[in-house]
Order: sequence, then structure tokens, then C-alpha cells
Amino acid sequence: MAYLWRILHTQSGRCTARRLLDAIRDFYTSYASVLNFIGLNAILGLSLYLTLSCGLLSLANAAFMGIGAYTSALLTLRQDWPFAAALLAGALAAMAVALPLGLPVLRLRGVFLAISTIGFGEITRIVIINLPVTGGALGLPRIPRETEWWQIYGLLLLLLYFFWRLRRSRMGYAMEAIREDESAARTMGINTTFYKVLAFVIGAGIAGLAGGMEAHLVNAIEPRTYGFVRAVEILIYAVVGGITSFMGPVLGAALITSIPEVLRNDLFRALGLKPGADRVIINGLILLGVILFLPRGLVTLFSRGWSLPRWRRPRGPRGETLPGAGGGLTR
Amino acid sequence: MSVRAPLLELHDTGRTFGGVRAVDGVSFAVQEGTVHGLIGPNGAGKTTAINLISGLMRPTSGTISFGGQRLDRLPAYRIAALGVRRTYQNIRLFPVMSAVENLVVGMHTVTRASLLQRLLYAPAARREEAHTQARALALLERVGLAPRAREQARNLSYGDQRRLEIARALASEPRLLLLDEPAAGMNPNEVRDVGALIRSIAAEGRTVLLVEHNMALVMSVCERLTVLDFGRVIAEGTPAEVSANARVIEAYLGSE
Repeated sequence: MAYLWRILHTQSGRCTARRLLDAIRDFYTSYASVLNFIGLNAILGLSLYLTLSCGLLSLANAAFMGIGAYTSALLTLRQDWPFAAALLAGALAAMAVALPLGLPVLRLRGVFLAISTIGFGEITRIVIINLPVTGGALGLPRIPRETEWWQIYGLLLLLLYFFWRLRRSRMGYAMEAIREDESAARTMGINTTFYKVLAFVIGAGIAGLAGGMEAHLVNAIEPRTYGFVRAVEILIYAVVGGITSFMGPVLGAALITSIPEVLRNDLFRALGLKPGADRVIINGLILLGVILFLPRGLVTLFSRGWSLPRWRRPRGPRGETLPGAGGGLTR
Repeated sequence: MSVRAPLLELHDTGRTFGGVRAVDGVSFAVQEGTVHGLIGPNGAGKTTAINLISGLMRPTSGTISFGGQRLDRLPAYRIAALGVRRTYQNIRLFPVMSAVENLVVGMHTVTRASLLQRLLYAPAARREEAHTQARALALLERVGLAPRAREQARNLSYGDQRRLEIARALASEPRLLLLDEPAAGMNPNEVRDVGALIRSIAAEGRTVLLVEHNMALVMSVCERLTVLDFGRVIAEGTPAEVSANARVIEAYLGSE
């Protein structure tokens, strides 16, 4: 630190620092939109991580995001609500839908839960199209642009803190136990239904917040945005990043979201790859590569020292750390 | 044997699966502070009885009461909160959690600190964490697993997993411990250790209901036995009485 400080005070150091700041500013002006979407998608990945860490494969979060987006956008557009209040209302609306949905649906496991939550997503999309106030299939235009980058990253930081403290809390242990063996967890005195519904509802709230923020960033929303494709995209953030640690979905979102930008690079142009159409192919290749070579996700590349101080982490015989929950998905 | 009211009482308890009566009108009582054995040939309904008591299954008939309270309509997590804990015939630890973490989950009903307190670094939460860690390590010490405290449960040897499961069941200071074949697959030395552990648990005033096939262990630790065959109670009494019972011998060895 002191060394850096001394460098900064030399003439050439000051010059370098200014150039560095300029570079950061240039970088931000050209990539602001990508950075914002990385943050938003990381938040969405985290909203799914909550249910995944209970061993629940729910694909309802795109729909919760849509509920949050439409609720908050309608409130700022039609009722002149302040942005923060509208965001909060969007999150609460998503949670209010998640509670009665979760109680029956979370009795299902594995692929059955996935299918029923996909069904819920389709129903939500069709309801949004047919409601009189939502603008139908065309969606809502001219939503005021209110979301700032620091709001997105502020929320992301808060969530990271939340997940970090959750891990060794009574609730965190209960959720982990449910993922590992639900019956055994019940006979340990854990009210499994309560914790599963709680994870589902909190996840819905986070997705609702992200939806509201996104709506006030892109100016216009339409029902298609919150369909099946979005639901799977959110899942891919978590799978590519890994769900052994909450940093996984964040890494996954960062990688997947920045792919189109990377493809815009001259090198890839020279190879004949186009940012739009070929993105899906590259996404698929990355997903395949991660599943083949890093089955527990990108986070295993950094598994030392990300989610926890190293000295508290349980270690396997070959130094493997934070083993995965992959098996819990299908159980 | 004293004449106190029993801690656990099954009254005409039954459970059918389709047409099969796995447990068929079973009645027996377990006195507080004793080690009570539940034995019988394979398929006699012993594990089903444990599942009924711990609430993983509901009886289709009859009642189960614990300390004067009906258990048979309560969900499993409420029964656990009343002080009933169990182990499983096929070990069911939380495999990727460490030994200590398994015990911390076992203490779920005796810990209180909320997530909010933890988010705010409240002193109460930190005290509780220190306390649960210390208590988990003490328990591991007791079952001889202290050196493996940070090991994932799935990496422990079979015998260690069995002992960890008993420790996890003890972590909440239960009044009644249901042990489902704790000595299965163990060598004679390990069986002796488990016997000593069960006696020390009983010496703390806890009640143990032991399902076990290893007769040497059953005879050495149990004060009373209930024998099941085809879902029914066929004998009851002290180990000496039961081992002399003609029906028990017939159930185990077959009749001529």
C-alpha cells in the first residue's frame, strides 16, 4: 500500500494514475450498459441460488422478475410513485405471488418442480399479455430511466453480504441440511416446508427487485422478456458459475453477459463470428465446456478464499473445498 | 423397575402399506431412563415402528404418546423439538457437511439466534455460535471423532459415520433416543464401543429405544426387550426372560 502511495506521488506516477483514471472512464463509457447488465444478471443468479441451495430446481424467477418489472413500471408511469417505493412494491408483489404458489408447488422435487414452475412462468406471461393495463404484447414504452449503476452494484454488495452471513446461520445450516437429506433434516427438528417456502419467497423478492431495476434501465418492457428463455438464462448463470458458493452465479452472470461484447472484438470478427446470432452458439459451447471440465462451475477455479475465510472451510483429503450441491438438484 | 408413568407408550399402533400390515396393533411402553430393546427377525416391523415414533410416517391406527403428549398426529420436526431424536439403519448424515456442521444442524432446536442477529453481528449470535462450536467439539471428543472434526461426513469411515450419527442425535440433548441398528456392519471392538456409548447415554438419564440384530449388544445394554414378529408383539420382558421364551426362539430359528 505504502509502495503504491509513493509511486502515485512521483511525477510519472501521477501521470500514470491520470491515464489509469482516464482508461477506467473510457472503459465505463463504452461498457456502461454491459456492466449494468452484469450486475442485474448477477442479482438474478443470486435470486435463483437461494432456492438451489435448498436443493430446489425452480424456474419461476423470470416470471417473478416480470411481476416486479410490470408492477414498478406501472407505478412510476401511471401513479407517479417515487422510484424506490415502486421498486419495493414490485418486490413485494413478486413475493405476494410466490407465497401461495410456493406452498403447494414446493412439495414437488427435481424435474417436477422445474416443470410446474415453467408452467407458472407461461401463465404469468399470458396474464400479463391479457391484462388491460399492461399494454398487451407490445408492452410498456417510455418507462423513466431511473436506475443508476451504483444502485445495481449497491444492491449486489448487500446481497453478497447477506449470502455470506447466511451460510453459517441457523437458517443457512437448515437450508443446507434440506438440500442434503430432507427427511433427516425433518427429524433434526427443521421445519422443512417453512424454510423452503421462505427461500422461494425471498428469491422471488430479489428477482422482483432486479426486474424493477431492469425496467427502469431499458425504458421499455414487453412480456416476452420474462418467458422461458429468460428463466433458463438465469439457470445458466448459476450452472456455469457453480452453486457451491454464492460467488458462482455472480461469476456465471459476468461471463455469460459479457460474451456478446467479447464477440464484438476485432479478433473474433476476423474469425467470422458475429455478436448477435453466434452468441447462442458460443453460450452453448461455454456451457458444454464448463459441464465437461468444471462440473462444479467456474467458482471452483477460485474455490480457495472466495466465500469464506480459508481456515474455517472444511477440506477434503485432496484439498478439495466446498463440494457441490449438484446431486441435490435432481434428488 | 419403578412404577412411574412410561416416557413413551405405543397403544395398539398400526401401519399398513397397501395390504401389508407392517406394524399391526403394537402396544408397548418404554420407562424413562432405561435402555429398551426392540428386536425381531428381518421384516418384523422394527424400523417402521421407529419411523412412526419419529414422525416420518403416520400410524394408520392406534396412538403414540411421549411424556403424556400425543405424537401420532404431529409432524416430524415438532416431534424432534419435543426431545425425540433418531439414527438411521442406512446412515443418513449430511454428506458434504463437515462433522462439526452435522452436529450444528443437530442443534437446530436448541439454538435461537436469528439471521437478522447474525447479519448485524449481534453479540447474542456470536455467543451462540461459540457455544454450539464448543459443544459440537465436545461431543466429537466423546465419540472419538475429535481429530476428524472438519472432515466431510462422506469421507469418514463407516464406523465413524455411525458414531457421528449418534453424536448428531445427541447434540440437542434429547430425552428419547431412537437407535436403528447402530452396530450394523461393525466389528466386535466397535460393537463394544457402541455398547459403552449407549450405557453412558443412559447414565445421563436419557431414554434409549434400541433396534438391533447383534444379540450380544442387546443382551448387554438393554434392561427390557420387546420382540416383534410380522408386525406384532410376540414377547416382552427382561433379556433373560425373552431369550428363554419359546415363541421368540421359534420366530428366530423356525419351528421343527
